[in-house]
Amino acid sequence: MEILLFGITRDIVGKSRLSIPEHESIKTVGGLKAWLGMKFPAMSELSSLAVAVNSEYAGDELTLDKNSEIALIPPVSGG
Amino acid sequence: MLIEIVEHIDIGEANKYLGSDTAGAINLFIGTVRNHSKGKTVLHLDFEAYEPMALKEMEKLGKLAKDKWPLYEVAIIHAVGSKLPGEPVVVIGVSSAHRDASFEACRFLIDELKNTVPIWKKEYYEDNSVWVNAHP
Repeated sequence: MEILLFGITRDIVGKSRLSIPEHESIKTVGGLKAWLGMKFPAMSELSSLAVAVNSEYAGDELTLDKNSEIALIPPVSGG
Repeated sequence: MLIEIVEHIDIGEANKYLGSDTAGAINLFIGTVRNHSKGKTVLHLDFEAYEPMALKEMEKLGKLAKDKWPLYEVAIIHAVGSKLPGEPVVVIGVSSAHRDASFEACRFLIDELKNTVPIWKKEYYEDNSVWVNAHP
């Protein structure tokens, strides 16, 4: 599974794409967030962390499909 | 609607797009880089966007505003890249027959853009840099 990273999440991971091996068996958006929090404790310190699937905000229950475009959306600060 | 993410903002482009003989009001909000933040001197800001999603979210906001108020047109332009104090980073523009709708819609659009559109800014000070809003 490939995850696109932006803003502070890219700084935390140190690259703009994160490949998650299949054996991690992450099934849902909520599962992905929990995995990220364990792997990268700095992610848990953010004000919020959203996940976008195919460029739409996704709820925690949504099942992830490895063919989808998945991105981490840390707190936005445009404008 | 005019929905764009660009390297350099052209305020005239939004104004020209919104102008029409039927509009009695054009409201333009221009967000610019401030040279100070929380008592520190800001040297420059870097903006980045998740462009396909940001454009989609900007478009959704434009449609919401058009449903809510009697608007003729909406323009939302956001900059990416490195910006110096004084430079424009966002332009929100709306046109309507009367001024009330254009003021209200413009305010709604900039407030919502700051809440939902996936664009991030990093502030660079003399001694360090931070992603704005990242931490509580």
